[in-house]
Amino acid sequence: MEMDHVKGKNKGHISLYALSTCGWCKKTERLLDQAKVEYYYTDVDLLQGEEREKAMKELKRWNPACTFPTLVIDGKCIIGYQEDEIKETIGI
Amino acid sequence: MKDEIEVSEEEVDKLYKKLNREAEVGGYHLNPDVEHTKDLVRGILVNEKRYGYWNCPCRLSSGIKQDDLDIICPCDYRDPDLNDYGTCYCALYVSQAVLNGEQKLGPIPERRPLLEERKKAQTKSAVLSISSLPLPVWRCKVCGYLCARDEPPEVCPVCKAKKDRFELFM
Repeated sequence: MEMDHVKGKNKGHISLYALSTCGWCKKTERLLDQAKVEYYYTDVDLLQGEEREKAMKELKRWNPACTFPTLVIDGKCIIGYQEDEIKETIGI
Repeated sequence: MKDEIEVSEEEVDKLYKKLNREAEVGGYHLNPDVEHTKDLVRGILVNEKRYGYWNCPCRLSSGIKQDDLDIICPCDYRDPDLNDYGTCYCALYVSQAVLNGEQKLGPIPERRPLLEERKKAQTKSAVLSISSLPLPVWRCKVCGYLCARDEPPEVCPVCKAKKDRFELFM
């Protein structure tokens, strides 16, 4: 599945599964933006049909409850806006 | 294909003020982090335009109102989450302890059961009945308000949840 790309410093492969309406997702995005790191994201609520199914299937592999935000950093999954854990994992 | 929905600052301010007023009257409190709270209010308004109901901004809508009734804001899980964590799932509503700075605010686990479990629970729920009651008793699934009358009220007088959030209690 193709995700949107945000350019920045490479701190590992970071994927964010989010909802465009979600406050905690916004906080997560702001944290990544402020740290100026490179990441990929998708707002699942804006996807439709097959695209959404694909995204949800991928997300389910990482987080069976399919909650948002779900952040995957080099194969490590962080569920929810766990500020300290995110910072520590990325090294920011 | 993506559908981006525009919501104006005026709309956000208007609903924010209304929710704040109603929360305080009902004994609830909005999150004092206004940036976060207004992000959520904007999300609610987007969802209203997109789905026709106030789907929780932090949970994915199915697009089918009947399946999402439990996550229409204020959701069925707000009050138990306020009790256990001092905040609802989104942190739109917070407890007095959070407001006073006595309890730390952060993300909390999802209380909503998975789809399969929700379906199972639906078929199981049986109504207690006391045949001598002269009127049915209706319960607001959001805040627990009870009333004995032929039909539930249009809007819950305590938490402002709509009529379709009531269940037959007795």
